[in-house]
Amino acid sequence: MGVPLVAVTADRLNVDALTAAIARGASGDGAVTAFTGLVRDHNQGRRVTFLEYEAYEPLAVRALNRILEEARTMWADTRLAVHHRIGRLDIGEASIIIVAASPHRAHAFAACRYAIERVKQIVPIWKHEHFEGGEVWLEGATADPEDEHAKQAAYKIACA
Amino acid sequence: MRVTVKLFARLRDLAGAAELIRDVPAPATVRTVWDSLVAEMPSLAEYERTMSVAVNAEYARMAASVNDGDEVAFLPPVSGG
Repeated sequence: MGVPLVAVTADRLNVDALTAAIARGASGDGAVTAFTGLVRDHNQGRRVTFLEYEAYEPLAVRALNRILEEARTMWADTRLAVHHRIGRLDIGEASIIIVAASPHRAHAFAACRYAIERVKQIVPIWKHEHFEGGEVWLEGATADPEDEHAKQAAYKIACA
Repeated sequence: MRVTVKLFARLRDLAGAAELIRDVPAPATVRTVWDSLVAEMPSLAEYERTMSVAVNAEYARMAASVNDGDEVAFLPPVSGG
């Protein structure tokens, strides 16, 4: 069975497998970029002990596919894949991996950065942070895929 | 008519349930469902301005119509990545 381009999974993430899946047989590629998001041991002055990620899975998968489609319209020569982990993650574990392959490094870097910015805007996944002395649900962006300002902000960061 | 309500993250904690079955009078919108939930659990009201909503696992608006058997989800601001 092949590695899917998009996944929301409780399994440990494998950036090598995702890179192999997206780079396979593409002799026109000049660049592959990979981003790995990690669980870190501190946040806003708190000592983090572990995170629990929760997702609305069917919508999260759709939102990830939407991000891939958006990236295709921006960098037509670039292929993108995103896997997000859910469940309990300890410090140092990978919560998200993003791989982009392109004839050109600028497009590969940009697509990778665009994807992580959009994930934080529109994918229904939440971090439940457990820290020394308590726990808290983290809340970032109000998800609205139709918000063109948010989309443009992600594009500007990607191309900065 | 009967809908399935899905709640996530802190909204789920506030409600004490990830999934609720609720009867609402037809014709209904997402707002009808939300208003009945808030009437039942006033602590949810703080999310009115910051949450997103979905019908049958597609993003929707508060004015979107809801039909018998639909799944209506209320989503706090997201924090993936």
